[in-house]
Amino acid sequence: MPPPGLIVRDASLTFGDRPLFQALQARFDAGSWTCLLGRSGSGKSSLLRMIASLRLPDNHHLVLDTSDGAPLRGRLAWMAQQDLLVPWHRVIGNVMLSAHWRGRPTARDRQRAERLLAQVGLVDKASHWPDELSGGQRQRVALARTLFEDASVVLMDEPFSAVDAITRLELHDLASRLLDGRTVIMVTHDPLEALRLADRILILQGEPARLVSMPVPEGPRPRPLDNSELPQRQAQLVAELREEAHA
Amino acid sequence: MPDRALWRRLGRPLLALATLAAIWQLVLTLTGVPRYILPSPAAVANALFEHRGLLAHHAAITAIEIVAGLIGGILLGLTTALALARFRALRRTLLPLLLISQAIPLFALAPILMLWLGYGLGPKILMAMVIIYFPVASTGYDGLRQTPQGWLDLARTFGLSRRQQLLKVQLPAALPALASGLRMAASAAPIGAVIGEWVGASQGLGYLMLNANARLQIDLMFAALVVLVTFAVLLYFGVDAALRVAMPWQRDRTTPDQ
Repeated sequence: MPPPGLIVRDASLTFGDRPLFQALQARFDAGSWTCLLGRSGSGKSSLLRMIASLRLPDNHHLVLDTSDGAPLRGRLAWMAQQDLLVPWHRVIGNVMLSAHWRGRPTARDRQRAERLLAQVGLVDKASHWPDELSGGQRQRVALARTLFEDASVVLMDEPFSAVDAITRLELHDLASRLLDGRTVIMVTHDPLEALRLADRILILQGEPARLVSMPVPEGPRPRPLDNSELPQRQAQLVAELREEAHA
Repeated sequence: MPDRALWRRLGRPLLALATLAAIWQLVLTLTGVPRYILPSPAAVANALFEHRGLLAHHAAITAIEIVAGLIGGILLGLTTALALARFRALRRTLLPLLLISQAIPLFALAPILMLWLGYGLGPKILMAMVIIYFPVASTGYDGLRQTPQGWLDLARTFGLSRRQQLLKVQLPAALPALASGLRMAASAAPIGAVIGEWVGASQGLGYLMLNANARLQIDLMFAALVVLVTFAVLLYFGVDAALRVAMPWQRDRTTPDQ
């Protein structure tokens, strides 16, 4: 089934009595990768949680449509900044966590989980406990768990921000390849990450915030670090993010 | 190195025990306390052997009370914790009651239980249950309540039902907290059973101790105490071992090849 696009018709979020955004609108094209940037407290993570219909402490409201009209429920996968591996399952069990939690994993689930572990390069760690892995390895297991859902929409909240710079670059390559063809919305605070991975970059800025679209470099994802456009775009993006602070 | 492991498991406790006996004997020799106040370790060991049949009979009764009370109290406490975590209305009504119930001195409860349930095993088992119910229920509920939000987020995007979330996510996440409650329960259960026996019983180690005391068989009284302590220690390590099996991911980090 082809991935749906998402249309946010009306999103509002109030923090205390301060409106973070009101009547916000956005389109996320089918099969495209959108990076959502903004300064801390801009509400970008909250917007993502709203789309995922996760719990939020603040007052919020969202009207969301899909391009194919079918409900989003059951078609989305979630990846957070923390790897969220559970200590009571081994690595392989964490990959097929949804199968464990919904009931009992089948032999087919196990085969799929093994294949995904091979794809993220951790097949030899399958029967290890999560706390035996490094931070980068754990996040790769989290990526495999996200892929296990085989969801056409993937929402990611700063998924690579807790790992070191080199590991992060490696994870970009891996995620870009494995999530290709899905509708991805990724919240990040790293301009370089956004410029490498995004088909489209949106900045949430102002108060109440609007969404501002920023240009991305030419070329297929993940864009190499020596992409000629990258420095200029990065400067542009950082300037835009900083401007908001002075506004 | 298996020799060192064996030494750690058996040698050290035995050494500690021998040291205790030596100090005990030393105190006797130095102070000259009469033997009807504090019998010598040798006299207690002798009583243990001499009255082994009698001790075994009463020990079996107490063991049944403790184990039945422990199982019953854990089941009841765990059920309460799960129900509290699942139903908001129950939290509002039952939680304050549960806290108030902790103000009741358990010793004062024993005669009432005796009055209602008679002199058999029932009131002792109930006493042990009551004494461990609260630590199990409260640590269990605390653990269930403190599930990290990230795991609940995952559960939600997986589309789990409330029941699946409780049993598959919150319960395993609560196990480490619950484990400390269970260890507490293991050391408290014998107290409950013995209190029950002191208040009124015709068998059991608590009864035997009172009886021996009245007849000035102080060595027998100490022998019964030794059996009781052995029980409590075995029970603690038994529960600890069971918890290790239930939580294999919290394995001992001191083992080198893993």
